[in-house]
This record gives sequence, C-alpha cells and structure tokens, in this order.
Amino acid sequence: MALSDIVAAAEAAVAQATTPQELDAVRVEYMGKKGQLTEQLKSLGKLSPEERPAAGQAINEAKQRVQELINARNNELKQAELAQKLAAERIDVSLPGRRAQVGGFHPVTKTIQRIEAFFGDLGFRTVEGPEVEDDFHNFDALNIPANHPARADHDTFYFTPTTMLRTQTSGVQIRTMEHEQPPLRIISPGRVYRNDYDQTHTPMFHQVEGLMVDTDVSFTQLKGILEDFLVNFFEEELEVRFRPSYFPFTEPSAEVDVRRKDGKWLEVLGCGMVHPSVLQAVGIDSEKYTGFAFGMGVERLTMLRYGVNDLRAFFENDVRFLKQFN
Amino acid sequence: MKFSEQWLRTWVNPALDSVALSEQLSMAGLEVDGIEPVAEAFSGVVVGEVVKCWQHPDADKLQVTEVNVGTDELATIVCGAPNCRQGLKVAVATVGAVLPGDFKIKKAKLRGQPSHGMLCSSSELGLSDDHDGIIELPLDAPVGMDYREYLDLNDVVLDVDLTPNRADCLGLRGIAREVGVLNRLEVTEPEIKEVPAVHDEDRAVVLDAPAACPRYLGRVIRNVNVNVSSPLWLQERLRRSGIRSIDPVVDITNYVLLELGHPMHAFDNDKLEGAVHVRMAKPEEKLTLLDGNEVTLQNDVLVIADEQKPLAMAGVFGGEGSGVTENTTNVFLESAFFSPDAIAGRARRFGLHTDASHRYERGVDPELQRTAMERATALLLEICGGEAGPIVEAVSVEHLPEAAHVTLRAERLERVLGISIATEEVTEILQRLGFVVITTDSGWNVTVPTFRFDISIEEDLIEEVARIYGYHRIQAAAPAAQLRMIPRQEAQLTATGMKRTLIDRGYQEAITYSFVDPKHQAMLFDETAALTLPFPISVEMSSMRVSLWPGLIGAVAHNQKRQQQSLAFCETGLRFLPDETAENGVVQQPMIAGVRAGKAYPEHWSDGERAVDFYDIKGDVEALLALTGAAHEFRFVADQYPALHPGQSAAIFRGDKRVGYIGAVHPQFEKKLGLNGRTFVFELEQNAIAKRTVPQAQPISKYPSIRRDLAIVVKDSIAAGEIFAAIENIGVNHLVDLNLFDVYQGTGMAEGHRSLALSLTLQHAERTLEDNEINAAVKTVVEMLTSEFGATLRE
Repeated sequence: MALSDIVAAAEAAVAQATTPQELDAVRVEYMGKKGQLTEQLKSLGKLSPEERPAAGQAINEAKQRVQELINARNNELKQAELAQKLAAERIDVSLPGRRAQVGGFHPVTKTIQRIEAFFGDLGFRTVEGPEVEDDFHNFDALNIPANHPARADHDTFYFTPTTMLRTQTSGVQIRTMEHEQPPLRIISPGRVYRNDYDQTHTPMFHQVEGLMVDTDVSFTQLKGILEDFLVNFFEEELEVRFRPSYFPFTEPSAEVDVRRKDGKWLEVLGCGMVHPSVLQAVGIDSEKYTGFAFGMGVERLTMLRYGVNDLRAFFENDVRFLKQFN
Repeated sequence: MKFSEQWLRTWVNPALDSVALSEQLSMAGLEVDGIEPVAEAFSGVVVGEVVKCWQHPDADKLQVTEVNVGTDELATIVCGAPNCRQGLKVAVATVGAVLPGDFKIKKAKLRGQPSHGMLCSSSELGLSDDHDGIIELPLDAPVGMDYREYLDLNDVVLDVDLTPNRADCLGLRGIAREVGVLNRLEVTEPEIKEVPAVHDEDRAVVLDAPAACPRYLGRVIRNVNVNVSSPLWLQERLRRSGIRSIDPVVDITNYVLLELGHPMHAFDNDKLEGAVHVRMAKPEEKLTLLDGNEVTLQNDVLVIADEQKPLAMAGVFGGEGSGVTENTTNVFLESAFFSPDAIAGRARRFGLHTDASHRYERGVDPELQRTAMERATALLLEICGGEAGPIVEAVSVEHLPEAAHVTLRAERLERVLGISIATEEVTEILQRLGFVVITTDSGWNVTVPTFRFDISIEEDLIEEVARIYGYHRIQAAAPAAQLRMIPRQEAQLTATGMKRTLIDRGYQEAITYSFVDPKHQAMLFDETAALTLPFPISVEMSSMRVSLWPGLIGAVAHNQKRQQQSLAFCETGLRFLPDETAENGVVQQPMIAGVRAGKAYPEHWSDGERAVDFYDIKGDVEALLALTGAAHEFRFVADQYPALHPGQSAAIFRGDKRVGYIGAVHPQFEKKLGLNGRTFVFELEQNAIAKRTVPQAQPISKYPSIRRDLAIVVKDSIAAGEIFAAIENIGVNHLVDLNLFDVYQGTGMAEGHRSLALSLTLQHAERTLEDNEINAAVKTVVEMLTSEFGATLRE
C-alpha cells in the first residue's frame, strides 16, 4: 500500500476513534512494534542506499503526521471526557450555604464600646467599680451629705443605711482619685440602679461617667469635648445646647440637650466642673487643679441612635430584638 | 413649682410670650417642664343670677329656675344641684355653649319642663373634680360677663422643675426676681404693710434649741370666722399651683407659701397651754399628726410644743390636737426660720413630704419671717375678720445665718470658664442678681443677700456669672493635655474579648437584671445565701444574683415562650456573694456565663439536625479557655451541683482551684423555670481566664511526624480525661499531639466496657524518628494503660 494511503487510512481511523482505548488501538495499528508505519520502516532495508534517505524521510514525516493526529484526537477526547465529568458534577449554587449561627453584642454594649473608643482615642482610660457601694463613695464624697435633698431624688436601693446599689457611676471618680493624682482622664461605664419602674424607667440601667482633671481644665473644654462626642456619636451635625443645672458634685453644672428631628430638645447627659469639695475630699489641691466630669445614660443614647422606642426591650433579651444589632 | 403665668406677670411682665418666657427660664437653669392651660377649652359660659327657683312639678330632685344671663330675656333652666337657690350668682352654659369634651348645650326638655342652658359645677367646666353642686359666685360677680374673662382663665400654668439649690425660687417672689434679672426689669412686689395690733393678747415664745430655730414669730388673732369660703381669686391661684382649697386659714398659709416661698402654720390658740417652746423632741415622745397618725419622735426632731405637750413637728407637719378646726375662733399664727440641718431628712424618716418640709430642708430666707406674718395676718383679717394682736418675736441672733461674703477672683473665673468676661459685665451681672459688689484689683468682693442662701463659695458665684452671661455664649474648645499612652497589657484578656469568642460561636449577648427571683435562685443554689434588697421593685426582683444563670435561664424561657427555640446567650457581669470580711460585706465577682438550648446548629438541607448537648457547650468553654494559651491547665471533673443534672455536670478546675461549672440544668427544675427541654449552662470566674501568656516562638520541626493509632478497651467508669492525663504525665518521648478520635460501646464490647481510639503523633525537632523509637514510645503508653487502667488492646 502506498504510504499516502496508509496515512489516509490512519487519519480516518483516528477520526473514528471515540474513546481513548479505541484511539490507542489505532496507535498500535499504525505506530506499534508491528504497526503499518513501523513495518514500512523495516522495509527500508530493501531499498537502494540512494533511495533510502528520501523514503526514510517520507516515512518519518508520515509517522509524525499520524502521531500529531493521534495527539490532537487524544486531546479532544480528554476534553470531552473532562467536560462530561464536570457536567456530572454540576451543583445548584443557589442552595443555601452551611451557615454557622451568628451572634452579636447587646446594643447597650455596642454603645459603650463606641463611647470607649471615642474617649479612649483621647487618652481616657476605662475603669470600673463595684455596684454594691457605700454611702461615702456614692454620696458623701460627691458632696451629697446625709439628709441632702438630692439623696431623696435618687430612689436608692439600700441594703443598710450605709450600703446600697450604686445610683450613679460617679463613685468611680472618687475611687480613682483616692489613689491617683492628676493628670487624670478616665471614663467608667457600668450598671446603676434606681428604685423606679415604668415606661421610661427601669430599675437597672447603664451610665458612662467621664472625668478629666488637670492644671487648666475649663468649661470651654467641657463644651468642646462633649459637642465633639455627640456629633461623632450620632454621625451628624446636630444641634447641641448646654443648659444650666445642678449636681452637688459639679459647679458650674449643665445638662446637655440635642435637638431631635421633630424639633424638640432632648436631654442626653449631665456635666459640670468638678466641685472643689469633691477634689478636696480625695486630697487633690483644688487651687492647683481643675476638672470636668460628665455622665450619660447609655440606654437613652442607644435608643436615639438605633430608633429603639421601648426602654424595657433592652432587658427582655428577646433574640428577635437583639439580632437586629448583629 | 407650678404657678399661673398671669400671677407672675403681676410682679414682672417681660415682653415675651409664654413659650419664650419658658425657654428663657429653662436656659437660666429653672427648667420649665410644662406649659398647661389653666382650664380646658369651653365657650358660651357667662355669669348669671338665679332670679326665681321652684320645685320641678314632676321630679323630686330637680328645680326649675329663671336665670338672668345679662340679656333681655330670662333663661329657663332645669337644675339638679341641691345648692341651687334663688339669688345665687352662677356660671351658666347658655344655649350654643360648648363645654369640655365637646359637649354642646342645646334647648332641651327635662321631665316635660323646657331647659335652655345649664348651671355648671366646677367639674363640668373641667376646673376640678369637685362634684358638690354648682359653682357659687360672689354676689358682686357681674351678670352677663364671660366666665373665662371673669376668672381670667385665658392663662397658663408654668411647671418649673427646680433643682435642690434653688429653693429661693419655691415662691413667686423668687421666680419673679429671676425673671427680672434675666430681662433687666424692675420687680413690683405686692405691698405688704404692717398690721397694727388692736389688742395686747400674746403668747410667749421660748427658743430651747436656738441653733435649730433661731427665729420664731407668733401672733394671736382673735375672733376669726373660719367658716367662710376663701375668695375665688385666692382659690384660683391655689388651684393653678395644684393646691386644693381646704379652709380659709389653710388656704391663706398656702397662699403665702406660694407667694413668698415661706411656710407658715396656724394653731387653735385656745388649745395651747402657756408659752410656746421650740425644742428638740424628748426620746420616745409621741405626737399625733394632722393626718391622724401617731409618730414616735427621736431627740433630733425639732418640735413646737407648749408647756404641756408637743404641738407639731417643726417645719414638717402640724399636730392633730392643736390645729385649726371649724370651731376655732382664736388663731395663733407661726412664722419661723428653721435651720435646714434641723429639718432635712426628718420628713422622709416618717414617710412624709410636705410643702413646708420641702422648703425648710432646702432653706428659706432667714429675714422673711416678719413679712410673711404681716402678709398672712392681713389676708386673714380680710377674709375671716378678727383682731390682730402684737407679734412676739423670739430670736437668737448669734444662730441666724450671716450674710455671706464671697470673693471672686478674676483669674479663677477665667480659669474655670476658659473665657475672659469684661470686668464691667461681671460686676453688672452680680449687681443685677441683687448682690452688693465691691470691685477690687483682683476681682470682686460680694455680699450675698439673705434670699440667695445657696451662695457661699467662689464656685457659686462663677456659676451665677456663667448662667446669667449665658452658657451659649461660652465657646467650645478642644481640651489640651500631654500626650501619654494608656498602658495596654497584651497578656490581659478583656471581658469584651471573651464575649467575642462566644459571639463568634453563635452566642447572643444578653444583659439581665442583677436582682432575680429568690425562688429561682434558692432552687438552683440551695447552699448559697444571697444578698436581699429590703425594698425591691417586686419580690421577683429582690435577690442579688449569686450566679448569672438565673438571668440567662430566664432569657431562654422568655424566648421559648415566643417560639424561639434555638438559643445561645452569654453574659458578663458581677455576681454578689455575701461575705462579712469583704468590702461592704459582699464579694462582687466578675463572671462570664453562657446558656444553650434547642438545636446544635441551624437546620440545613444537607445535614440532619441535632439537639445541643454537653459537648457543644463544652467546646465553647474550651474555646474560651484556649484564649489563655494555657488550656492544658484546665480540667473538667465530674461533680454534683444542685442546679445541674447529676450525670451531666462538671466542675472546671484551673490547677487545684475550682473556677467554674458546666452542665445540663437539672431536669427537675426545667418546668419550674419555664424551660422547654434540655438546657446547658456554664459559668466561669473571669479572673481565672483573664491572663494569657505572651507567646514565645519555638522553631518548627522540619522532620516528618508519625501518627500511631491505638484502640483500647477499658471499663466505662474510667474517665477519658484520666487516661489523657496519665499519658501526659508519663512524658512520652517526642509526643507532640494526643487525640481521641473514636469512642465505641455496644455490640462486640463486654458489658460495662468501651473502646477508645487514640492517636499519638510523634515528631523529633532535629531528625527523622527511627521505627524502634516510635515503637518504644507506643509500648510505654500501652504498658502504662494496661497496668494503670486494666486496658486491653482492641483487635
């Protein structure tokens, strides 16, 4: 058979092979030890030396040609096989993923964390104090002596005449200043307690107390830091006003209101310059140092920030409520 | 302090409307809480006169009247009030009138008689809850006049929420003074003249406790008629301040209290025996108060007494035996200055709070007693008639508060406020406030008038200057401080970090009350006594928690009742353990706790579902313990705990110290606690996991590790933890990991035995391990397990 006929036959056989096995049989048929093209090479010895190079080259080219055809077909078949395998492995990517349960921080904690971050960046250290407190730290040292009318305003949960659940985080100011001299910058978040329970009061709630004492702390700075805080906390340029008020442990004192979208002012915190009696009670020279203090209700801020309407929701711990903050 | 705006405007009348005036007061520190109209809306009501009045022919309780309402025709009106009579001046709702509640008056027939209008009671006009018949107006009331105009009802009540320091504003006089200061207006005080004595009967007054009462004025007024009604204008002013009219004497003392801010008291002079003594109560002395309650006094309670008996609790409450009654004809009026220290807290001690005690414990003007006495006397004579005697004044000058002299330094003012205010402006502000001011080189020497008894130190003046200057005019500035870093210890783990680990594992942070139901707490922790609130919100919130579990279990129960079944909560916070040796008798210990119930993981189409079990929550705890970098120091030891399932509970130890518990809530409590199904809890002392070791890096071995698996059979009473601990204790050479990968019990296993499949991973830091080394290590382990635990190798 002429070489060209062999190649043509091989070409047809390669094209007809539909599996790698069939293709391999074609390879053996033509290229194997006894394959047709291999046989052709063996027959070269019968040719004259002059004819051999040309005939050898022709056979080699034919072999190369067939090998290329086989390789190409092999590739095709592999691709087809892979495509088939992949097709069989197709999945519905729209089915839901394997989710782990997702938890989250309580919204009150989130607010405290944000407050800690804002003040922490300004060098205010977070300190904590006990919740069962004595009347020295909760009242006396804060310039609220026994029988002071402000004591009656506190709806205190007493255990004994001298021990109680703290009514304010301000006692932590005292506990800190008892041990440290200025410069001082602290904030103190935590639970506080008042014997009052209705639509707008829960017997337990959270406050964050802030205190800065240094050589030249002034009311302008108090205004500055709190305006800065409120604008950053609410992330809007809201209107803030300072209204004269009274706290036994600060003077001058102020309550701070923000203007809500409905135009009404809403009180969000109390503040003032630390009363000299408070500094003196903890052995800080009130001539040398001045300070400011502020206290804010965490639930109130959280309600405003996230649009919570019912204060009591914070302590019912309904997961449908809590998960909204995750 | 509630008062009529119109009344205020008789003293001082700024060109501001009600809202602007309220805003001004609020911004000066006298916070206006409310602006309410003094009367509900009504119209068509006029002053009328009952010209004729006769019995309704067909109804016993009705009368028919003809009423002059100032028009040409008399109005025929049927009235059911028993006090309706001929000649009475009344408030008439004419046909077309609209009363509160949008009640329209139309022509009507009552039992056959035509009725063209209505004679009104106070309650029908929304002026009070008084249903005692129709309003009786004074005889001089002008017929036909609109009733709103007649009573000045187009007025509002301002409700000022005064801070405890501003007791000087607990009367119209103080509020008016403040409004005058803010608006630079003169204040017109009502003219109060001396009432001359017309007889010389008096009663001696003895100050036995002059520090508590340095000034006491008394006056006898004879032949008063206490059975007249207070005039309408006075009743209305009281009403607008939220005070009910009682009788003319009480009304007058209340009026003076509102007008001047000065409390007074009236005694029935005929019930007093001998001189009046102002003294401390004797121990155990008893006094029956005006409300009929008998109290036992202590010797720090100031009383007004005569020579025989205590009469009243000074500055707080009158006594029953000495008060004015409808039979009183001679009155002894008291106008006294009591020291705030002598009054403060006393009312509260007896569960009382009166208008008088509210003022006396905050302070009153020590120079106002005579003015108040003259004012009350004049009103009493005007309304009740009678004859005034001379005022007897007992005074201990040395015990009276002195006018305060306070120095304000310009430098201090600027330093505290952070701004510089012109000297002239400061001087002007202080003078406007009524202070006597002397300007010096360094500031101001200020003499404080007696009515501003709240001012005693320099800061008080700084506050006054800032307040009147206007807080809004003090600009904001950024605080300046030296930059110093806050120490942050890498080894310190925070509660936030601990919670985050749990949150990442699906926990929702809860915040539960620190006081819980004592029934629940006693059930779960029967050996632990809790701190109890003597006066809780409710019994269910009266026991300070000794663990975070009651609150967290409550949160689970609350949610399960609302169809929420798969729950995981965590909480951090204090528990309160009574301990006499601790500060304030209680150890307040920070804890971290968790609870899980329902499914172990969210339902998924590819997996089966599984209820949460002990090992789920144990895995969570192990994740927490791993934060310390010293997880191997912790052990879970089977233990009994009242709250927990006896077969599914463990104490958690760090070294030898027990630092927490974990387990299933005891099934016998599930129902009582409102739980639906198996619930798992844990609690750890935060301090036990609050420190981690700062890592020190070790080189990683480049040589291959070898794993050998061992399946052993042991009695099922032997805890896997003991086997682990034993293997770790013998110190197997080159052991880098030990894992339990299967537990089998059942078919093919002897009764009471189980198979544990362990993997040992061995590795050398500097070379490849030889087979014989590996075999030796495994042999050591097998031999130890055989001798210590009777283990056999499973085929």
